[in-house]
Amino acid sequence: MRFLMKRNYNQDIQLFKYRSTFFWYLALIIGCCLLPLVLDDYITSQLSFICMYSIATVGLMLLTGYTGQISMGHAAFFGIGAYTSAILTSKGVPFLLALPTAGLLAGFIGIFIGLPALRLSGLYLAIATMGFGFIVDEVLVRWESLTNGNMGMMVDPVSIGPLTFETEVQFYYLTLVVLVLTILAAKNILRSPTGRAMIAIRDSEVAAQAMGISMAKYKTMAFAISAFFTGVAGSLYGHKLTFINPESFTILVSIEFLAMIIIGGLGSLHGAVYGAAFIIFLPQLIIMTKDYMPKYLADQTGLESALYGLMIMLFILFEPMGIYGIWRKKKFYFEMFPLYKKDTFKKEKKYFKAERH
Amino acid sequence: MAFFETHNISISFGGLRALERVSFEVNKGEVFSIIGPNGAGKTTIFNCINRYYNLDEGAFIFKDKNIAKVSPHVVADLGISRTFQNIELFKNATVIDNLLLGRHRHRRSNLFMEALFSPSVQRQEIESREKAEEVIDFLDLQAYRDQFVSGLPYGVQKTVELGRALAMEPELLLLDEPSSGMNMEEMEDLSFWITDIKEELGISFLLVEHNMRLVKEISDRVLALNFGVVIAQGTPNEVLGHPEVMKAYLGEEGASTAG
Amino acid sequence: MELFNEIIQTLLSGVSIGCIYGLVALGFVLIFKATEVINFAQGEMMVLGAFIALTLINVFGFSYWAALLLATVGLGIFGLILERLVLRSLIGEPVFAIVMLTIGLGYFVRSSVSMVPTWGTDTYGFTTPFTDKAARYGELVLSWEQLAIIFMTIALILILFAFFRYTRMGVAMRATSQNQLAAVYMGISVNRVFSLTWIISAAVGGFAGVLLSPITFVHMNMGFIGLKAFPAAVLGGFSSIPGAIVGGLIIGVTESLAGVYLPIGWKDVAAWIILIGVLIIRPQGLFGIQEKKKV
Repeated sequence: MRFLMKRNYNQDIQLFKYRSTFFWYLALIIGCCLLPLVLDDYITSQLSFICMYSIATVGLMLLTGYTGQISMGHAAFFGIGAYTSAILTSKGVPFLLALPTAGLLAGFIGIFIGLPALRLSGLYLAIATMGFGFIVDEVLVRWESLTNGNMGMMVDPVSIGPLTFETEVQFYYLTLVVLVLTILAAKNILRSPTGRAMIAIRDSEVAAQAMGISMAKYKTMAFAISAFFTGVAGSLYGHKLTFINPESFTILVSIEFLAMIIIGGLGSLHGAVYGAAFIIFLPQLIIMTKDYMPKYLADQTGLESALYGLMIMLFILFEPMGIYGIWRKKKFYFEMFPLYKKDTFKKEKKYFKAERH
Repeated sequence: MAFFETHNISISFGGLRALERVSFEVNKGEVFSIIGPNGAGKTTIFNCINRYYNLDEGAFIFKDKNIAKVSPHVVADLGISRTFQNIELFKNATVIDNLLLGRHRHRRSNLFMEALFSPSVQRQEIESREKAEEVIDFLDLQAYRDQFVSGLPYGVQKTVELGRALAMEPELLLLDEPSSGMNMEEMEDLSFWITDIKEELGISFLLVEHNMRLVKEISDRVLALNFGVVIAQGTPNEVLGHPEVMKAYLGEEGASTAG
Repeated sequence: MELFNEIIQTLLSGVSIGCIYGLVALGFVLIFKATEVINFAQGEMMVLGAFIALTLINVFGFSYWAALLLATVGLGIFGLILERLVLRSLIGEPVFAIVMLTIGLGYFVRSSVSMVPTWGTDTYGFTTPFTDKAARYGELVLSWEQLAIIFMTIALILILFAFFRYTRMGVAMRATSQNQLAAVYMGISVNRVFSLTWIISAAVGGFAGVLLSPITFVHMNMGFIGLKAFPAAVLGGFSSIPGAIVGGLIIGVTESLAGVYLPIGWKDVAAWIILIGVLIIRPQGLFGIQEKKKV
């Protein structure tokens, strides 16, 4: 526990509360930049996936973790981003233009998905967005003149002016830069009126309206922002894989995004990144532990998704605040040592309360 | 033309008349209280003003503009803020964030500027914080400034809600049973604050309140409601001593022995 | 005449698949009404039911009827275990957490099924008393497999109806779904009601799985068909049992008409397009009642 003497309001709106926090984050970014020097290509490529998924989960976190609107159709925005960017770059549009366009188109469609959200809540919104996901997936399959249907399409590698991003390391740096920009933008939005309005909608719609917050405007905006980031992530994803087909954007991907933000920790941007990292490395973890398993179990192909399902269940039952929650508890334990009490965090189990009863 | 005028409003829920042609006026800078037994329709009036319910007929005139058909958030934008009977705070946000949310109607920034946290957004944030700190000082909330609302005692939450409404810098403030759940000391503070806000900032109050002592102490005028119908209107003493009002609260027999 | 036959056959297959949707939707609705929990793993109940029946018939030589009964009972027991082990602690938690929990459960059950010896990831089938039989009326040929689904669904609904109408426990369950607190004060054990709800709903899921088996065959992914029951339940208002069945029939019939008369691709999304259309016009579904929070 630290106390800070503030002398002016500028200090109150700083991104980093303490000077030391700033240096830790700086160290983290430098560390991320140095990682490819010591890691092999395969792990570096996994890191790129973590960055890309993190961009998408930051988007979903803004919508679900901060605005309280569940979406089970985010794979659709991911797919729209990937296809937009792939099609544009194949027509000769430079990547630097295609990337934001992919995000903007996804965001634009997000507005239309946000419209039903004005009247739906909870379960109904979950099912409606799921339906949207199915419909977009089917459109990607059937609009063959544009997407080449189930055959899939090749995606050009990325180049910005004279710079090319063809090796794993180069692409990793690209995704890292986009991720850092995404987090900065998200953080800025969250400490501005729009971000606070989103949190207000999550906690009490009635009170939010009584404060002059327009549901129509901010709910659709939350959907649009969220879809924008997910679309950007999709664009990068397509260029990373260099081949996309509708199979990559099914409901299972939407569920994966949701699993990431839950396991990472709802309601925190840290959680979005932790969750993405955890899910990407889960298969690796399983491979590492396979030697210690009975042979029959280790040979099963279903093992990974069984553990994946189990993991989601265990987190929701025992650690609803996710990895970020665990991290905060540990940190608090050391800060308060030896005065730490377990009950400090007891309330948090009910953090996101049901809106109906 | 009065500052805020309620004109013959009626609403019913599934055949049950909740409000029947209710009319009253609130003048600028006055405290106007609505009293009545449970289920008389007091909170319903607030919910209608806030556009949470649609009126069947009638109108609300605020500063010469009919607000009975606007979107809910526009009511707040025009300068009417409110508190709730059962506290509707943003529970997973800190006290200061709740107050800053009260500043929402004064924002000038757009999404793009906010994503960059441009200097103009920074200036606006600082300005909001100055106002919020003023409210914190006024309501003695310093100790709770950075705490999450969900863990605060009930009386403090009520105060935070009042603070949030004040941070909006409204012209008309609707308070729904502000004293319920408060102890003696908190209630005295509340009475002092309301009078102080009225006199210093010229804000008008529309109050729903059960505590008759508080009503008598702070109200300029009082309206009594029973089963959705106005039964008396006038100065606090007139209304509280009105036989119909006594009957509504105490029943036929009680009124005759009391009178 | 040919057109007429074609339409009748299309409708029949639509109604029979609609019955399956309706039964799965019924599972959602029962649980939702009682506990406000949505079970995304309802489709996996079908998978389990189908695999149990498959094993009983093909490995142990049981008759179809015995297998149907045992699979239904077995799933009921599974539902009880689930409720005790996992779901009871989540009552009152947000929709979101429960949705994800049951999705996790679905993953777990589905992949566990693939790990059971002799089950695995292959597609299987078993013979039923209706296999390859058809009722003929002149030109019109109606498959018994589809008719059987319809008749058995009707039978199940009648049994459930009688249960909710005439038994003490059924009335207790209806009371609990309307007002839990009042039910507690009347001496109803709400925990027992919750357990029973899960038992019934899992059993209905297993029953539907066995009925569906002759049509889609038995496979670890046959539970995905359960996703289509969501539009059915939403159309029905998510809290009305007849609504769930009607919703299922609407979705089933539309889908099979779209499959025959619309270009390829429409069949798979027809249910979702109807769903989104209905939600835009009536956010509470066709039979639902809109509730407003009290402030």
